[in-house]
Amino acid sequence: MLDILIAGGGYVGLSLAVSLKKAAPHLDVMVIDGAPEGAWKKDQRASAVASAAERMLDVLGVWDQIAPEAEPIRRMVITDSKAADPVRPVFLTFDGDGGDGRPFAHMVPNTAMVGALRGACDELGVVNRQSTMVETFKSGDHAVDVTLAGGEKLEARLLVACDGVRSRLRDAAGIKTVEFDYGQSGIVTTVEHERPHDGTAEEHFLPAGPFATLPLKNNRSSLVWTERTEDAERLVKGDDFLFEEELERRFGHKLGHLKVVGGRRAFPLGLTLARDFVKPRFVLAGDAAHGIHPISGQGLNLGFKDVAALAETIVEADRLGLDIGSLAVLERYQTWRRFDTFRMGVTTDVLNRLFSNDITPVRIARDFGLGIVDRLPSLKNFFIRQAAGIAGEADPRLLSGQPI
Amino acid sequence: MSETARTTIDQSEVDRFSAMAAEWWDPTGKFRPLHKFNPVRLAYIRDKVAEHFGRDPRGPQPLKGLRLLDIGCGGGLLSEPMARMGADVLGADASEKNIGIAKTHAAGSGVAVDYRAVTAEALAEAGESFDIVLNMEVVEHVADVDFFMTTCAHMVRPGGLMFVATINRTMKAAALAIFAAENVLRWLPRGTHQYEKLVRPDELEKPLVVNGLEVTERTGVFFNPLANQWNLSKDMDVNYMIVAKRPL
Repeated sequence: MLDILIAGGGYVGLSLAVSLKKAAPHLDVMVIDGAPEGAWKKDQRASAVASAAERMLDVLGVWDQIAPEAEPIRRMVITDSKAADPVRPVFLTFDGDGGDGRPFAHMVPNTAMVGALRGACDELGVVNRQSTMVETFKSGDHAVDVTLAGGEKLEARLLVACDGVRSRLRDAAGIKTVEFDYGQSGIVTTVEHERPHDGTAEEHFLPAGPFATLPLKNNRSSLVWTERTEDAERLVKGDDFLFEEELERRFGHKLGHLKVVGGRRAFPLGLTLARDFVKPRFVLAGDAAHGIHPISGQGLNLGFKDVAALAETIVEADRLGLDIGSLAVLERYQTWRRFDTFRMGVTTDVLNRLFSNDITPVRIARDFGLGIVDRLPSLKNFFIRQAAGIAGEADPRLLSGQPI
Repeated sequence: MSETARTTIDQSEVDRFSAMAAEWWDPTGKFRPLHKFNPVRLAYIRDKVAEHFGRDPRGPQPLKGLRLLDIGCGGGLLSEPMARMGADVLGADASEKNIGIAKTHAAGSGVAVDYRAVTAEALAEAGESFDIVLNMEVVEHVADVDFFMTTCAHMVRPGGLMFVATINRTMKAAALAIFAAENVLRWLPRGTHQYEKLVRPDELEKPLVVNGLEVTERTGVFFNPLANQWNLSKDMDVNYMIVAKRPL
C-alpha cells in the first residue's frame, strides 16, 4: 500500500512529494499526472516566486538549480491611470527585500521550477508517472481505493488532489465551491524589449483590469494582461499586428521597441474557494483548494504555503504514529490554511473590484488611498511583507527556511 | 478470582464504554475530544520516553524495542500510534467489546498490538513487567485508585517509566471538565465523569512513591478554545499528567 498518492504533477504536487520524502524518507509517495511524458517542457509561462517560497525551495535543495534562470524583482511600481495617459503618475513604489537581503520575489520560468522538482523527486525515490489519472476513488477506514484510467487499482493511506482550479477530484469527493466569475481573462505572454527593465515589476491598474509586467532574464518581461473575456479571446486569436499594437499602447515606450516572443494564451479569471479542504483520506492543495485572481500574484505562493503546511501536518502526525489519512490529523491542515486563503481571496477580490472600474469617485478614493500608503512606512512595510509572503505568526517551518 | 478479592473494575463504567465502543475510531463521534487530545499526549509521552531512554524523538521508531503496557486501552487510540513508533505494545482493557474493536482496527491498519481483555491485577499476578506503563484517562474510571496504582507500579521495570493522565478533583474541573464539557459544549456524553471519582495528584502519587517509584514530572494540560487545540500548561487544576520512574 502507498502512503501518499498525489494527483497532479505541477509545482504543488511535486514540491509536496519532495517535502514529504525529504523529511520522512520511509514514506511511499507517488505522483501521477494526466499529461504525456515531457509535456511540462512546453510550458512557456513564468511565475513570481516570493522570498518565503524561495526559502522553501532552498530547504528542499532545488533553489540552486533554479537560481541561474531566475530574475530578481527588486522594485515594484504601481500606477493607476487611463491607458491613453501619456505620463503615468506613479502612486506606489516598493523597493525592498523579503528579509535577510533577498529580493522580495523572483520571476522563475515554470520549466526551471518543474524540472528541478522532478529531478529532486527522482533522487529521493518518488515514483512519478505520466499519462494516467485517477478515474474513481473511495475512502475506507484504513485506505483509499483508487482506480486509474485504464483500470489499474491502487491503495493509499491518503490521496492529495493537486489537479488545479477545475479539480475533477474535488468534484468527485463531493466538495462544493464558492465561485465568483469576473468575466475577465488574463492574457499571458512574453515580450522582448530594447532596454533593460532593471528588475522592475509594474502593475498598471487599467479600467479593464490590471496590466502587469514582470522582469525576466535577458531584456524580456512576462505579461499578465487582464481584459474582459470576449476582448481577451479576440486579442489572443486575432492577428499579430493588432495584438502588438494594443500591447504597445498599454506597455508604453519607455523600454524601447517591443517584440512578442513565444505564444499567447488567455486564462479566464475568477475566485474559486473550496468549502472544505479535507475529507477522510482526501486533501485539496493549491488551486484545487483556491483559485484566486492573480491581481496580487499570490496564487503560486498560496500553493507553496499549502504544501508547507500539509507536509508539516503529515510528517508530524507520522512521527507520532498517527494515521496520516484520518480526519483528526487532516483537520489541522484545514484550520491552518482555510482562514489565510479566505482572507487572501477576499482581499484580492476587493482589490479587483476596486481597481477594475472607471467611476471617478472610486478612482479618486483609491489614488488617495495609495498615496497615503506610500507615505506611511509601516503600512507600506505591511504590504511588502504580504507580497513577499512572510506575514503572519504561524508560518509553516519550510516557509521560514527550516526543515520539517 | 474469588468474590472477595480486591478489584479495580467498576462494572458500570465498563458497560458504559462498551456501549460506545463502535465509535472509538470516529474522529467526529463521541470520542472526538480524545482524538483532539491525542497529539499533545502522544508528543508528551514520545518526548519524555526519548529523553529518558536516550532516543531521537524525531527519528523513525523512537520507541523501538521498548515493552509498553497501555492499560484501559479502549479502542486502541494510543496503542496503535505507540506500536507505529516502534514499541512492543500490550493493550489491556476490561471490556471484551473494546478489545474486539481494537483488534479489528489494528488488523485493518496493519499494526501489530497484543490486545487482551484482562485486568491490571491479572497481568501483575501473571508477573508481567514493562519498560513503559501508560495509565491515560483511566484512573477516574476505576473502583479502587490506591490498589490500581499499586498494581500498575509493580509492573514498571527498574529504569522504566509510568505515565498517568487524568482530571483533578477541583471546583474548576467540576465546572469545566464535567459541567461545561458534558452539558454546555456537549463534547462528552453526559455521565462520562463523576466528580467524586476524580483524583487529586497527591492521591495518585502516594501509592507510586510507597511502591518505589519517583515522580519526575508534573504538567497541566489546557484546552485553548480559540486555537481549538490542547496545550501543556502549568495549571494542573483540570487536566494533568504525571511521569514517574523506577530507579535502576
